[in-house]
Amino acid sequence: MNFSTLNELAALCEAKNMTIGQLMLEEQSRESGRTPEAEFATMAQYYEVMKEAVHKGLNEDTTSPSGLTGLDAQRVVNYGKQSEMNLGGAAGEVMAYALAVSEVNASMGRIVATPTAGSCGVIPGVFVSSQRRFSWTDEHMVYGLFAAGAIGYVIANNSFISGAEGGCQAEIGSAIGMAAGALVELRGGTAAQAVHAVGLALKNTLGLICDPVAGLVEVPCIVRNGFGAVTALAAADMALAGVRSVIPSDEVIQVMMEVGSSMPEKHRETAKGGLAQTPTGRKIMQEL
Amino acid sequence: MRFKDVFSIIGPVMVGPSSSHTAGAARIGRSARHLYGKQPEKAVIIFYGSFAATYQGHGTDRAIVGGLLDYDTDDSRIPMALDYAKQSGLEVSFEEGRGIVRHPNTAKLILSDRDGGSELTMTGISIGGGNIEIIEINGFNIKMTGIYPTLVIQHYDSPGVLAYVTQALSLEGTNIAHMSVDRKNRSGNAITVVEIDGEIKEGILERIAQMDALISVGIIDLSQETQTEEQK
Repeated sequence: MNFSTLNELAALCEAKNMTIGQLMLEEQSRESGRTPEAEFATMAQYYEVMKEAVHKGLNEDTTSPSGLTGLDAQRVVNYGKQSEMNLGGAAGEVMAYALAVSEVNASMGRIVATPTAGSCGVIPGVFVSSQRRFSWTDEHMVYGLFAAGAIGYVIANNSFISGAEGGCQAEIGSAIGMAAGALVELRGGTAAQAVHAVGLALKNTLGLICDPVAGLVEVPCIVRNGFGAVTALAAADMALAGVRSVIPSDEVIQVMMEVGSSMPEKHRETAKGGLAQTPTGRKIMQEL
Repeated sequence: MRFKDVFSIIGPVMVGPSSSHTAGAARIGRSARHLYGKQPEKAVIIFYGSFAATYQGHGTDRAIVGGLLDYDTDDSRIPMALDYAKQSGLEVSFEEGRGIVRHPNTAKLILSDRDGGSELTMTGISIGGGNIEIIEINGFNIKMTGIYPTLVIQHYDSPGVLAYVTQALSLEGTNIAHMSVDRKNRSGNAITVVEIDGEIKEGILERIAQMDALISVGIIDLSQETQTEEQK
């Protein structure tokens, strides 16, 4: 790729008068040697899988093999039908969709890792619900996924995207940053605004530990996907309104690296600390 | 760059619940299956670190066995892979490995015939987002990612082997993406692993098969469609 930082990414987009999504498609095609059409088609298939996962999570039984989680997305939808949600309809829907996909994941259903399976609800939650709300075409959404991928590529190569390496800030934080930046672009914001959204979003998850109860991608992972999707909307709105990340987003990524590297092992997916080692967390682990 | 393209970030399509523990494990299993060249009759799977601690909850056991059955990461048969293995005559056992390993998500596979013949060992690590590295084959230290079609050449350590291999690739107009070489001792057994851009052409295999110092040549290509797609 011709960029390794978000700053370089935004500068390239500006110089070439391209969106992040268009630039990433071009870069990907050059890197792989496949045609842009072939790369686009692959991403379009991935988007179909995301839509199917949302649908499945909202309509089928998502009880996980452990029995610990499932059906929370449907609870949120039903609650939203019965009473005015605190979040309001749009944010409530994005949250429900994100929970749905994450529950499908926990029940060993088919999802797309975005960037990981533990954080797979955020991007489909934001994308599928926003597409419905703003009546965007699938083509528009697929370019949005390339934009999200470009942002994730920078985060992954300058810091990390897995909870085992950098805590949940790396997993859910990366997903939120990717979704926020992509949403800015989907709404017609500039590449520079998209990059600010990434920094704004990442700041809000810095220090988040990875503490899965019984080591499963269920508690607290699923609800963090729901919260994450809502945060992505907020970060995108701030950036579109002109709010800037005063600490440049590339520096925020470096901070995530610093914080994750100094996190003790027990707070990095080992289930040796955090929520996993509460009295209830330990009891659940023993009973499974 | 640890992550090489957009689909190592968005993707893979997979069955849940963990890209490291499920999708990565499936890819490690499938790499071993490809190199073995057919379905093994026996597989001993040794999990280390986080894999050992949580493999049942994450379906790591089912995913890695699914890989041994040549299933891709999104194959809906993965949750039932242990049953399918039994049905197809693959005997599987799991062990928890001890000692210090380089990465928290490490799995070692020992594949063989039922009587222990034609043994292959392979160690893989799952580095996040479904991405893997194979770090050991038959006791040799190597490095490959499974992103590219890969030639695994076991040979005697003698002058001209690398020149022969690179020439074979060059004659077929194929570019090398990454390459790693290891040997047990000078003039002893060695291994060369070549990740290439594009497909592995028939002509390359024919040329390498004629090499004097050759012991065996195998291919790992995770981009291939699963053989028995219709059973999904």
